[in-house]
Amino acid sequence: MEPKIKIRDMNFYYGDNKALKDINMNIYEKKITAFIGPSGCGKSTFLRTLNRMNDFIEDTRVEGKITLDDIDIYSKDIDPVELRRKVGMVFQRPNPFPKTIYENIVYGLRKNGVNDKQILDEVVEDTLKSVALYDEVKDKIHKSALELSGGQQQRLCIARAIAMQPEVILMDEPTSALDPISTMKIEELLLDLKENYTIIIVTHSMQQAARISDETAFFLNGEVIEHGETKVIFSNPRDKRTEDYITGRFG
Amino acid sequence: MDNKELQRIKSRKLKNSVFHGLIFFCTIFGVIVLALLLYDILKKGLPWLTIDFLTNFPSRFPKKSGIFPGLLGSLWIILLTAALAFPVGVGTAIYLEEYAKENRFTEFIKLNIANLAGVPSIIYGMLGLAVFVRALSMGRSVLAASFTMALLILPIIIISSQEAIRSVPSALKQASFALGTTKWQTVTGVILPYALPGILTGTILAISRALGEAAPLIVVGALTYVSFIPKTPLDQFTTLPIQIFNWSSMPKREFQNVAAAGIIILLGILLLANSTAIILRDKYQIKIKD
Amino acid sequence: MKKIDFKSKSGMQRNEKIVSSVLFLFGIISIFTTFGIVFSLFEETVLFFKEVSILDFLTGKEWTPLFEPARFGVLPLVFGTFLIVIFSSIISLPIGLGSAIYLSEYAPKKARKILKPILEILAGVPSIVYGYFALTTITPIIKSIFPDASVYNALSAGIAVGIMTIPMVSSLSEDAMMAVPNSLRQGAYGLGSTKFEVATKIVIPAAFSSIMASFILAISRAIGETMIVAMAAGSTPKMTLNPLESIQTMTGYIVQISLGDVPYGSIGYKTIFAVGTLLFTITFILNIISRTIVRKFRRVY
Repeated sequence: MEPKIKIRDMNFYYGDNKALKDINMNIYEKKITAFIGPSGCGKSTFLRTLNRMNDFIEDTRVEGKITLDDIDIYSKDIDPVELRRKVGMVFQRPNPFPKTIYENIVYGLRKNGVNDKQILDEVVEDTLKSVALYDEVKDKIHKSALELSGGQQQRLCIARAIAMQPEVILMDEPTSALDPISTMKIEELLLDLKENYTIIIVTHSMQQAARISDETAFFLNGEVIEHGETKVIFSNPRDKRTEDYITGRFG
Repeated sequence: MDNKELQRIKSRKLKNSVFHGLIFFCTIFGVIVLALLLYDILKKGLPWLTIDFLTNFPSRFPKKSGIFPGLLGSLWIILLTAALAFPVGVGTAIYLEEYAKENRFTEFIKLNIANLAGVPSIIYGMLGLAVFVRALSMGRSVLAASFTMALLILPIIIISSQEAIRSVPSALKQASFALGTTKWQTVTGVILPYALPGILTGTILAISRALGEAAPLIVVGALTYVSFIPKTPLDQFTTLPIQIFNWSSMPKREFQNVAAAGIIILLGILLLANSTAIILRDKYQIKIKD
Repeated sequence: MKKIDFKSKSGMQRNEKIVSSVLFLFGIISIFTTFGIVFSLFEETVLFFKEVSILDFLTGKEWTPLFEPARFGVLPLVFGTFLIVIFSSIISLPIGLGSAIYLSEYAPKKARKILKPILEILAGVPSIVYGYFALTTITPIIKSIFPDASVYNALSAGIAVGIMTIPMVSSLSEDAMMAVPNSLRQGAYGLGSTKFEVATKIVIPAAFSSIMASFILAISRAIGETMIVAMAAGSTPKMTLNPLESIQTMTGYIVQISLGDVPYGSIGYKTIFAVGTLLFTITFILNIISRTIVRKFRRVY
């Protein structure tokens, strides 16, 4: 199968500091790829290169090549705004806008020129259903999103991301701020979503990576130490450092 | 513990108590002055506060004097000043917080704004006189006064708007960008709605400041005795504070009471403006919650 | 889900460019303002100095620009301003600092909640109102103590300017003291210090530079204050240290001339720009000093 995203000889710099070194990776369509590794290993930075969110940080630089469907996403002709429409993102902490549930979901659509009420209504219902939030909030979709619980807010943020009909969804530790039950619901949700989306998830929890991902990449000090099928990584890692990390013998 | 030591602790505690009393007095000194000031003004001004006072023109006779031209002049200038200063001030704040790169030039703009905030208001009057009244031939008009006032309050609006914009959580901005929006869309979609209460509060405070200013307008050429009301922005004008100033400097003692009545109106408007700021802010915050 | 057709972004990109240019233009208006101030002041000042030597202006002890013989020594106006600064500082610096210490170190939360808004109201009262207060309340009190005092005098105006600048000293100093970390205080309390000792030996030294900066700003503000002195200090330029006499400040002079019918281009018209330039320069230097102190001595805890 042809990879959805290809990363070739990629380096990333904060000023003079090389934060990511020689990354080469293939990410496949309609699979969940998990990035694991200790704090500060570069996995979040790497995730953010895939939708060019690092562009907002001054004095950063990318070398090498990242392609989405064989198109170089760092080429001059690519508008990062359009790229982010195709590559959605969910953040570590739920960050709904201080608006209604409805307005949260349609925000991206409205800003991209979709104003037909019928379409928007449909999208709100569909996305709420696909994140299994519809039954819980159907009576208050015109109430503030801030009244929802943390887990509900995070599912709303996922709904907001998929309302844009992205091809890829990036998730930066989406359950680290949630309780175990909310976490479980989101994990179930991700397994459903991978039918339609390519999902890349950064996680601190090795159990989570093992439970939901198809592929796992282990990051250490800005390098990818090992990348492959999740089953293999967890049962039979090639690298000693990977083994140390997943068995918890790591600082 | 021997006696000496006890004595020492006692004296330290005494020092503390005396100091406590002293600085408490310092703090309520302001309260006392404010109370005295209000009492004085209300006592002198209230009996003079009639409907006629609001609708009359100034007169040689204290009893017939009214504040109408000043009231309308202030209204004209405030509306025009706000219309000029608000978009530019908020725009500058957006530029500095969201668009400008962190470089020397941006630093220079920020330093410059901070310095402008410390320039005495009368200097703005001289700028207005040289640039708007003379060079741009606006004459001693409402328009020239409004431009002058707009420049005067611009730093206040910019600085308070910057603070409000800085208070927008970066998580919200990132969420917006990640949904494929441009910078301006994020500004209008997330940043401004979130920062608006703070921006409005700052703006209303700035406009209150303009409402009470007299010095720059005297330099720009406000009239002190006016028997007409401005009909266009190019007309001459007087304002509330300038009328008050004029009455205060009249030799007839009764005019001091007329001035006090004018001050009651001025303070009343300022109070109203500030309460509006608070109500507006609260109402807006409720709207976000719903 | 149905596939949604998005509009192309090219129009949006064009908007984005226009918006950022417009915002940039707004951003540089402040720079134009500064240039405008400097130019408009200097232009007339240069013309003024073609007729009057700078030395005479800065060192002359008589200021009678509109009378014969016209003399253009600015020192009487500087002296008048200086008197106002002295008396306003005697009021605003200690009282402002005292209330800052009270609010930051002593006040219970409830008291803070009531007192701070009152100080804010005090800061929001227009200077014209303080001018009125000086004229109708402070001056009569002064005259009842010193019957020889003039109806317009430096003391009354100075006190009113001082009252007006209290909130400024208080809130800036309080901010500085609140920024002193609690760990420093707790260390001293742990050694059995009283609040007085903590405030004077720990907090004030730690916040010293910012307190000084707030003092300088208050002085700069007093120098630039106009309406109070125009109403209560008089219009008699003279070199005196007697606060009970009528004097005139730099700002008071500018107002006096602006109220009269001084024709454009006359020497009288030029004098207000020369005085304005001096005023601007002095306040500008003080503001820079204040800012430098804050920046240079800012403690990193």
